[in-house]
Amino acid sequence: MTRRMEFHVPQHEKRGFEAAGVDRRDLLRGLVAGAGLTLASGVTLYAVGGVAEARAPGDPVSPEVRWGMLIDVNKCPDGCKACVTACSKENGWAETGSSLTDAQWIRKVEVTDPRTKTSRALPVMCQHCAEPPCVDVCPTGASFKRDDGIVLVDKHTCIGCRYCMMACPYNARSFIHEPLSDQKPHAPRGKGTVESCTLCVHRVDEGRSPACVEACHADGGGAMLFGDLNDPDSEISKRIAEYATQQIRGDLGTDPGVHYQNL
Amino acid sequence: MARIRYREIGSSTGFSALLAVLALFILGGLASAWYMEHHGHIVTGMNNLVVWGMPHVFAVFLIVTASGVLNVASIGTVFGRTPYKPMARLSGLLAIAFLVGGLAVLVLDLGRPDRLIVAMTTYNFKSIFAWNIFLYVGFLIVVAAYLFVQMERTMSGYTRAVGWFAFVWRLVLTTGTGSIFGWLVARQAYDAAVMAPLFIAMSFSFGLAAFLLIILAVCRVEGRDLGDGILTRLGRLLGVFAAAVLYFTSVQHLTNLYAAEHAGVERFILFEGGIYTLLFWGVQVILGGLVPIALLYAPELSAVRLRVALASALVIIGGLAQIYVIIIGGQAYPLVLFPGMDVQSSANDGAVTSYAPSLPEVALGLGGVALALAIAVIGLKILRFLPVSLADEIVDPAHAQTSGAGA
Repeated sequence: MTRRMEFHVPQHEKRGFEAAGVDRRDLLRGLVAGAGLTLASGVTLYAVGGVAEARAPGDPVSPEVRWGMLIDVNKCPDGCKACVTACSKENGWAETGSSLTDAQWIRKVEVTDPRTKTSRALPVMCQHCAEPPCVDVCPTGASFKRDDGIVLVDKHTCIGCRYCMMACPYNARSFIHEPLSDQKPHAPRGKGTVESCTLCVHRVDEGRSPACVEACHADGGGAMLFGDLNDPDSEISKRIAEYATQQIRGDLGTDPGVHYQNL
Repeated sequence: MARIRYREIGSSTGFSALLAVLALFILGGLASAWYMEHHGHIVTGMNNLVVWGMPHVFAVFLIVTASGVLNVASIGTVFGRTPYKPMARLSGLLAIAFLVGGLAVLVLDLGRPDRLIVAMTTYNFKSIFAWNIFLYVGFLIVVAAYLFVQMERTMSGYTRAVGWFAFVWRLVLTTGTGSIFGWLVARQAYDAAVMAPLFIAMSFSFGLAAFLLIILAVCRVEGRDLGDGILTRLGRLLGVFAAAVLYFTSVQHLTNLYAAEHAGVERFILFEGGIYTLLFWGVQVILGGLVPIALLYAPELSAVRLRVALASALVIIGGLAQIYVIIIGGQAYPLVLFPGMDVQSSANDGAVTSYAPSLPEVALGLGGVALALAIAVIGLKILRFLPVSLADEIVDPAHAQTSGAGA
């Protein structure tokens, strides 16, 4: 099920260009004319041609865009959890020490080859599949994929049946086992419903990159690249075209939006 | 066949006491559901990896059994076996009772049971779960209609047609229940087309076992005749069904064993899975499969009544174990994110997840069983579902005479 959906951005979250009285879209169009806007090395937020720019409130999500991520495992240091911490802070979930029942929107997974004992650690989150099994199995359609490829849970229609968790090949979803307090306005959560990485949809709609990507560049190894997989001129598309990348359980045909390099 | 007379069950202290006990279990189930809803699923043994626990074991068992208990009616109506026809009404009543019991458990285990109305009004038709909602509700309606045409004399001409429809519906329904697991592509223990026929065989077996235990109990308490001939027939049929379950179980595991990618999960369930291995071999296969078959085909062991009762109880215990192994064991075994690699993480990737059912989960499940039995008992009390006598000379005079002559 594909659905166009809008996320309300609270007034206090609107800042920057709009606060300065500048039309953000016009400004961005000027900035990206001819080249992608680069905040830090490897982080391309806006693709050439204005296809994947910030979305104005009220505008529908564009199906011409497919947001995705490329994670260079070679640049992901062992023990670094900058992405996990940033996601937790951004979206208001926390590890309480009960690893089996805690929400974990993103986690570091250590993969070891039993023959060579070579180890790699990489972040795994919702893979935002093009063919998401969670969306297929959801009886009420609460699990859905936006036109731009972001897979979300509609917190108003999730009945907490957990069938999506049975279906997800990536162990990416969490069930909220306990009452919650102090939620972030942009990341609504609720006891008895299922949740997972939203690809920081609230930031993406504002033209920003997900919190994990930003933190990875600021405090981590700069392993994560976010961008539009549909735009052949985006940094992420070029990198995927140039280097051999992998999708986790690509054999299942779910076509995840998260790609891994040097895995 | 002589005209069959039906009668409600009588009033007695035993009837009231039974209802009181069932009501206590139902209240226990409701209290558990409230407790789980109030505190969240943190008070259960379930977690982010074993997301379906003991309530699902009971719910799936009751739903599978519901379609199975309808078999006795189908054999009579659809396949024209006259001796089974007098039991068709009870068969229909139990089908409705078990399905309602199972659905109650399923709904009360939802994270948001208060959103049942959402589940009933907002559908994703690509989801087998959504199809099942239609199949379950439809089953209740179809079986109610089936009962109506059987019990309303002026409508009896439609019995065969409605019976056929109910039979096909129940096959589709159990295919749907099996496919909830069969269509899970990511899980090593599921993702198999054999789940649908396996569940159909399970429903035949568990349903007939439940039917036999209930009819034996009711006839005993009510002092109504239940012929050895008809009991022997039903018992032999149960043996065939139990063997069919073993057959499909063998196909399920042998197919997996042949594929190297499934060797891990098979090693887990069949050899190294601790409680799951014990439940599989000890309870499901031996106690719930081989022993009942031996009992049902060894007439010299003891009286048919005792053998059928014991075999039926064992089939049900084995059935619960089988569903536990399928549902819990299948989730306890880790998802394979990186085939051939060792994996670990803070979310327990790559490791077997432990699960211990909590009291509220078990109480909720038992509440569902009690609800099913209470519906059956109340139904028997207020309407004429059960014949006055199921003696062989009444339900199957031809066979009774032959046996009598040969004896």
